[in-house]
Amino acid sequence: MAEYPELLEFPRFWQSRPLRQPGRSCLTENSWICGKYLRVYRQELTGSLVQHLWITATAVAIGLVVALPLALLARRVRSLAGPVLAVTTVLYTIPSLAMFSLLLPFWGISAALVVTGLVLYSLTILVRNTLAGLRAVPAEAVESAKALGYGPGRLLCTVELPLALPAVMAGLRLATVSTVALTTVGAIIGYGGLGNLLLDGINRDFKAQVLAATVLCVLLALAADAALAVVQWLLTPWVRRGRVAVRVRRRRGPRNPASGSGKRQAAPS
Amino acid sequence: MTAVSGAWHWLTTAAHWTGPDGVTHRLAEHLYFSGVALGLAVLLALPVAVALGHAGRGGTLAFALAAAGRAVPTFAVLTLLLVQLGSGSDWPVIIALVLFAVPPMLANTWVGMREVDRDVVEAARGMGMTGGQLLLRIELPLAMPLIWTGVRSAAVQVVATATLAAMAGFGGLGRIITAGFSRQVTAEVLAGAVLVAALALLVEGACAGVQRLVDPGGRPRARSAGDGPRDRARTTPGDRSSAPGPEEVPQR
Repeated sequence: MAEYPELLEFPRFWQSRPLRQPGRSCLTENSWICGKYLRVYRQELTGSLVQHLWITATAVAIGLVVALPLALLARRVRSLAGPVLAVTTVLYTIPSLAMFSLLLPFWGISAALVVTGLVLYSLTILVRNTLAGLRAVPAEAVESAKALGYGPGRLLCTVELPLALPAVMAGLRLATVSTVALTTVGAIIGYGGLGNLLLDGINRDFKAQVLAATVLCVLLALAADAALAVVQWLLTPWVRRGRVAVRVRRRRGPRNPASGSGKRQAAPS
Repeated sequence: MTAVSGAWHWLTTAAHWTGPDGVTHRLAEHLYFSGVALGLAVLLALPVAVALGHAGRGGTLAFALAAAGRAVPTFAVLTLLLVQLGSGSDWPVIIALVLFAVPPMLANTWVGMREVDRDVVEAARGMGMTGGQLLLRIELPLAMPLIWTGVRSAAVQVVATATLAAMAGFGGLGRIITAGFSRQVTAEVLAGAVLVAALALLVEGACAGVQRLVDPGGRPRARSAGDGPRDRARTTPGDRSSAPGPEEVPQR
């Protein structure tokens, strides 16, 4: 089991007497920026990055799979919408360290614990956004589809979900960025991806490692966001061209002059 | 459920509540970190946001900061500050908390100032109000609910994020959790988690109560930036791609 070190008591060799050897390098000098670190610790860096990636990806994927039916249920059964949103909001309020700890009796020290905690967090954003997206589908579009003889399943898959897609994707992007950041806290049990490097960096007072892990973490979040933006762009060709887009956008358009950016999404009406 | 009864037993043991490692002291540390950080953040963010909002500038900056706050892990910032400043003082924790409290306040306050009905502003101008009068008598009072939403969301977030201080070797309630992990005592971990979660929910509830007092008959207001896992910067009303913004969802 990953043992948690008592950090304050940890001796701080590097601060008290910096090593100045003949063959000194940025590693022995404990510099913030150190190319040698990236070379020497390449394996650790890659390993942590890979762990970070798969924990985040698994959590968000499971979150999406759970959130869609929940949102559909909350929309179908109106009396359930309040409780579903309330429960996910309460879950969202619990600090991550406490969340992981509360799951400890169920999972023990395992990656599943971190993934479960992250799933619970992503649910809040995903359910909320999916529900908002579904509710903002223009009534005319639904009516027209019904008049054309669409059954409920076909209506959902070919009309409602595609129209809700921008909102869902916006939620997915936000959930992903948040999850990338939150994964670091999993370091408390040794499953924190780049967070493990951060914690190790504290213990060893290792500046290059702390900076490298932080930068990688931010880059990972930005890359994931950009990748999902591309996916959204590919999935919603009608937003790019045609008059439908204009109509849909106007319907959901900003009422608030403060923010009229493209990222803005459907307001639940 | 031995885990639950173990945690209950831990919590009801009087010895765990006293002394430097006791719950009382850890709670005091926690509230000290949170209070100082929140106070500094208010002093820093509100004047800037009010000025920017009044002038109608800097919106992009406010939202960019809010977005950046989401992408940068609090734990990483805390670690960077700790390694740079050392663990001799509490500054790494306080600065990290301030950095994460400022964006939601900035964004909410800015939006609050900009969302003041332009017709009302025009009317006030037409009545011959000066810029200062406009600010004090029209914009600030009308923006108050959203400003408070920002402060409230920051407060809840700061209290929650202060838990992470323990992972970097500082005090606060999170220390009970990390101590439990290092001693491999599940009951202690659980007890700490329950305390932390209870504090977060309590602060959230208290803030909601105060908001209702401050703005009793106000228009339905979203919880907007207020609902997020507390240790990440989160949704701001300007960023509608995320959770519903201010005027969009009736409160609960």
